[in-house]
Amino acid sequence: MNALLQPTGSVYSLVPETQTPERHTLSVLVDNEPGILARIVGLFAARGFNIDSLTVSETEHEKGLSRITVVTVATPKVLQQIKLQLERLVPVHRVHDLTDEGKSLERELALVKVASSGEPRAEALRLADAYRAQIVDATTESFVFEITGKPSKIDSFIAIMVPLGLVEVVRTGLAAIARGPEGM
Amino acid sequence: MPQQMTGAEMVVEALKDQGVTDIFGYPGGAVLPMYDAIFQQDKVRHILVRHEQGATHMAEGYARSTGKVGVVLVTSGPGATNAVTGLTDALMDSIPIVCLTGQVATPLIGSDAFQECDTVGITRSCTKHNYLVKNVADLPRILHEAFYIARSGRPGPVLIDIPKDVQFAMGTYYGPTEIEATRHKSYRPQLEGDIRLIEAAVDMMLRAERPVFYTGGGVINAGPEASQHLRELAELTGFPVTSTLMGLGAFPGSSPQWLGMLGMHGSYQANMAMHDCDLMINLGARFDDRITGRIDAFSPQSRKIHVDIDPSSINKNIVIDLPIVGDVGHVLKEMVRIWRSKTNQPRTEALAPWWAEIETWRAKNSFGFANSSSVIKPQYAIQRLYEATKGRDVYVTTEVGQHQMWAAQHFPFDLPNRWMTSGGLGTMGYGLPAAIGVQVAHPEALVIDIAGEASVQMTMQEMSTAVQYGLPVKIFILNNERMGMVRQWQELLHGGRYAHSYSESLPDFVKLAEAYGGHGIKCDNPADLDAAIREMIDSPKPVLFDCLVEKHENCLPMIPSGKPHNEMILPDFAGDVGAVIDAKGRELV
Repeated sequence: MNALLQPTGSVYSLVPETQTPERHTLSVLVDNEPGILARIVGLFAARGFNIDSLTVSETEHEKGLSRITVVTVATPKVLQQIKLQLERLVPVHRVHDLTDEGKSLERELALVKVASSGEPRAEALRLADAYRAQIVDATTESFVFEITGKPSKIDSFIAIMVPLGLVEVVRTGLAAIARGPEGM
Repeated sequence: MPQQMTGAEMVVEALKDQGVTDIFGYPGGAVLPMYDAIFQQDKVRHILVRHEQGATHMAEGYARSTGKVGVVLVTSGPGATNAVTGLTDALMDSIPIVCLTGQVATPLIGSDAFQECDTVGITRSCTKHNYLVKNVADLPRILHEAFYIARSGRPGPVLIDIPKDVQFAMGTYYGPTEIEATRHKSYRPQLEGDIRLIEAAVDMMLRAERPVFYTGGGVINAGPEASQHLRELAELTGFPVTSTLMGLGAFPGSSPQWLGMLGMHGSYQANMAMHDCDLMINLGARFDDRITGRIDAFSPQSRKIHVDIDPSSINKNIVIDLPIVGDVGHVLKEMVRIWRSKTNQPRTEALAPWWAEIETWRAKNSFGFANSSSVIKPQYAIQRLYEATKGRDVYVTTEVGQHQMWAAQHFPFDLPNRWMTSGGLGTMGYGLPAAIGVQVAHPEALVIDIAGEASVQMTMQEMSTAVQYGLPVKIFILNNERMGMVRQWQELLHGGRYAHSYSESLPDFVKLAEAYGGHGIKCDNPADLDAAIREMIDSPKPVLFDCLVEKHENCLPMIPSGKPHNEMILPDFAGDVGAVIDAKGRELV
């Protein structure tokens, strides 16, 4: 190797990562103000954090509050940083780690378009019924199913529709809430 | 009293209500209404800069030397983008700044109008918080909130982007008292540390045999009282004290308990004490990579207490045994109180072996250098500068590089808020405008920028500002005709291939000073140095002092790449520093 191109030293100390990444669902209560989503997403991008899923919507109109549900994969140390960095943002009220708090409900909605005829079409209809998916649009050669549930259920429904003429899918991303009487 | 006025008048009114007496700015199309409002009053003085970056560093120097919020006023587009470096600098060093930017009128936003840029988008990641004001009704709240956010909690820069039509619009102005009555909805910094944790910390301190206080910029930011409490606590406990670059002055450099600065170019005794301690008490510092060196070998045997107002600083780089979130001034006060309630006995005997060890490290004289009678050594120049200014009301700023480290090593401070340097971002060109900002706040004081000839040229045009306002800053240039720190790293790590680290075609700084209307001094002889420094101090004008120094001096001591504190290289090291860095160290970024 060309000696001139060898990496040279620096004081930056890189310690090999020993912790295993975990998947966590965070619920973030924020002021619904312009740019808030950019602040959240920008923080994840700037600090090299992952976003697996992101759901944003106003939840308390009179108080001007939005709830952001973000699914991230990170080591416990990075996860702690993610929560603390989010809490540092001025319009962020609270951050809850629903995965840490346990027993949370997670739901997602998907719209699944399937085009087929004959036996595959009939099979798609039977499976949709088994998965409790609703038909929200139908033509002679296609259906659009609406399915709600845990992400794993939606994954499996989509996988099963692939050989039956799957055309396209849209998913809302995760909405999550803690069980029990306590609010955020 | 609520009053009807234009948005531009509200801005000036809010500045007055926030106690602002000086602002730094540059006019342009999108801020003309605000300049009009400034023109029609005489409470707020406007300092016209030569480049918006200069305005931000002046505001930083002003803020750091006074503890007040520094204020910047610049126009849209290039005015805002030129301010980005200073805003980032203030964010990294936790300096309270409010930056007011003009913006094109709201109907034009997004149309790529003349001098339009996405200011809030660009500055979102380099401010603590920022605002785009779309309605004049929101303006008074935002103005006061911005000052509150900038100065409270972990201080930082806040930007308010005000479209031109909002500056013209009429609205109702409210003072800060009417607004501060209602608590901020979501922003509530934790100021008071948990008392049980502070008690636990004192218990650990009472049992420690090899303790060290590692203090940072947080102590300065917590106000002069925090420095007082630190001095009191150090005296009570008898513990040694070291500090980051940012925290210099919080503890007196003349105290026998002072170990000097720590970190990459810190003293041997400070770094060894950090490495070998059994209890580290971090007060308002953030375990920056220039401090820790190799993280997995950082202070292996110590328990670590970390006091910080920002919870995200805790456990970010180093795992902490006892975290205390709160204002370091408050926590120090409580530590003093609790320590007093537990003992009146100084633990001199228990700490004696530790101090004996520290003194053997101190005896290595790690800031030592071989002086010369024919060439001015940069360290000697700073020592003579210190001696000549001792006992005066003196403030020091620096640029970034070798001279900055030498200044930190050889110019001790006994008071906080006297030392302004770009620590986190390492912004070349910081020192000259920062010195101007300090001089604006302290017109009678002696303000010196310890500079390098490369750095100072990045914001040299601000000499013109200094001359315009009669601000007699002293720019003490350690001229080695090289970007010294870059040259040093190239020598140590890149086989002496000095790629573009020469300062070629340097101006004649004496003539340059005269061209600006200042005073120029040149000195290249150690024997003439004291007289030349005297001439600089006595001059009533801004001075460019061209101090020609040894060209190849390396800044030592130094913790080499990928090494822990206890493998520091001292000035008498005879080997090849580059060879000390092993293959593993070379793999690092």
